[in-house]
Amino acid sequence: MEPETSTENEVEQGSKEAVLTARRSFVGILVGVGTAAVGALLAVPLVRFALYPLFARATNTGLSDLGSVDSFSNLSAPLQKMISISQRDGWRESVSEKPVYVVKDAQGRLKVLSTVCPHLGCEVPWNTQKQQFFCPCHGSAFAADGTRIAGPTPRGLDSLDTTVQNGHLMVRYQYFRQLVPDKEVVG
Amino acid sequence: MSEPTPDSTAPDSQGSASQRGLRNWIEQRTGMNGLLQEALDEPIPGGARYAYIFGSGLLFVFLSQVITGVFLALYYVPSADHAHTTVAYIAKEVAAGSFLRSLHVYGSSAMVIIVLLHISQTFLYGSYKGRRELLWLSGTVLFALVMGMAFTGYLLPWDQKAYFATAVGTNVPSEIPVVGNVVKEVMRGGSELGTLTISRFFVAHVLMIPGLIFLFIGTHIFLFRKAGPAGPMNEDSFHPKLPTQSFYPRQLLMDLGLALFVIVILGSLALLYPAVLGPEANPADTQFLPRPEWYYRSLFQWLKLWTGSSVVVGIGVIPLIVVVLFVGLPFIDRRAERRPWKRPLAVGLFALIFGGLIIMEGWSYYADAHDPAVAKQLALQDRQTKEYMQEPFKPERQGAPLPTGPAATAASVAALGAGAAVPDDAVAAGQETFESHACNACHGAGGAGTPMAPKLAGIGKKRTAEQLFDLFNHPTAGMDKGGMPHFQFTQDDVKGLIAYLDSQQ
Repeated sequence: MEPETSTENEVEQGSKEAVLTARRSFVGILVGVGTAAVGALLAVPLVRFALYPLFARATNTGLSDLGSVDSFSNLSAPLQKMISISQRDGWRESVSEKPVYVVKDAQGRLKVLSTVCPHLGCEVPWNTQKQQFFCPCHGSAFAADGTRIAGPTPRGLDSLDTTVQNGHLMVRYQYFRQLVPDKEVVG
Repeated sequence: MSEPTPDSTAPDSQGSASQRGLRNWIEQRTGMNGLLQEALDEPIPGGARYAYIFGSGLLFVFLSQVITGVFLALYYVPSADHAHTTVAYIAKEVAAGSFLRSLHVYGSSAMVIIVLLHISQTFLYGSYKGRRELLWLSGTVLFALVMGMAFTGYLLPWDQKAYFATAVGTNVPSEIPVVGNVVKEVMRGGSELGTLTISRFFVAHVLMIPGLIFLFIGTHIFLFRKAGPAGPMNEDSFHPKLPTQSFYPRQLLMDLGLALFVIVILGSLALLYPAVLGPEANPADTQFLPRPEWYYRSLFQWLKLWTGSSVVVGIGVIPLIVVVLFVGLPFIDRRAERRPWKRPLAVGLFALIFGGLIIMEGWSYYADAHDPAVAKQLALQDRQTKEYMQEPFKPERQGAPLPTGPAATAASVAALGAGAAVPDDAVAAGQETFESHACNACHGAGGAGTPMAPKLAGIGKKRTAEQLFDLFNHPTAGMDKGGMPHFQFTQDDVKGLIAYLDSQQ
């Protein structure tokens, strides 16, 4: 039997039943709307709860010491240094080691580069033979000061904020959004 | 979608053409209308009543527990190392975390209250009669599962009261002759309460028991629909004669009324009196007085009554008789009579057991309030819980200790390069001394201090080893009054303690 026919038959039945159906449908709509409203209200804390990590304040990592500025005075090639940084990871605070490169820019100023490829986040090592940073994942290449040479990367290696305190080079480790042409801090 | 033009005389509430089209499309594939009709048109002999709302009320609170529980599991970690930290993170830091956790905590009490109301109503109305034995049996299984959820969920926060209440709770089965100890060790995952116990309780709480509850809810509802609603107590439970009324709309509205009432009560409690979390479980604490949640208080008091050789009667024979009477009720009470005043024996026994539980419950709270030592300790525990709740959340440290300041960073980088920083021997020896003498029981983990005893971390800044050694041998009146034991430490022990406590700042 076609459902369309049965619906039409129902409608054509006596007016008393039509009134009853209408009344029941009205209650049905009230119940439906009421349940949806209460449900939506209760969903608010659930959504806030589940999305909390997205809105939690990014932890501002402190400065890490890379050693005295003098020790970098005769830097000829990018120098890899390990720094230990503390990061808030949900309910834990993890102390981890991160590699960075200390390089000199065109003007001879010290610059600290993140080793995270701005393309898709692989670790980029310094290739002494080619004299460039070469990403092993997708072949992006960067000059000794981090500027983009070739490959799919949208920008050069990201430089980290640095300051000099008591003759020591200090760096603030940060992560940057990948796949965008301009450097953008994500945490 | 091209559907035939709908009849223009159709009532507005039937929706627009496209809505009807979609409804038909789904209906042709699911037969949903038939199912919905079947559910909503269930005939209730004698009509809708508020007495019948508890079953669907339970279903509603259970769904709320499932939803809040699933969300809590987004952050919870079932291990002795992290359980307490993650619950503290939920309660103190995550947005709406305290609210959702409170809904879940108070929801467990709501489950127990409503299940008791549901059982009482079914019993007093004699609704288990008339070929409803399996319906009753599936209900008793569901009752046991609900109580099992309450028991297993209680341990998961791993705070003091959770730990000690569960230590007592899991000890109870060990009184059973022959198999008792095995039962206890299976529950605990070993002889002691530990991280394996949390794993077991977690799996039981979120996988096994909920799975069984879903299964038995399905069975219970299926059997209920097969037998049909029993109707009022003057109705014939085999062959209903009273005029019927369909479930929808009156009974549905009454059921939704209870659901709304429960939402308002639980929501207000969660907002006004958020569920608390105590300090992390400290198994070395010898002072802590365990008390179960209110729904196990009467049993707790009952167990206290039985000592020595009578234990077998108190926690073996009598409970077994009650369970047999309860589970076997529809097989034992086979008369068709449903009116409670015509069933003096059954109702009398029910009143005796239920009344007995209420008396035990009241007795337990009365006894605690009227024993000064107990009342004082319980008040102290409450205070410690309040203080803990006021502290900001402390994330768990992972990896190497975090150095501070530029010089320290350089040193730690060097240390990291050479391998991990090795704690020196004195610190390790001191920690061994500190923990083996249960100093943490009063002075807190790492000598952080508790309301019972002062902070010891960093004591080396205040006193020399000689001064401390002297203090152990000549305790002050204050130390004796506070219950500080007279330890016979050597000079080296004291040096180790100072090294350890200084490392704990």
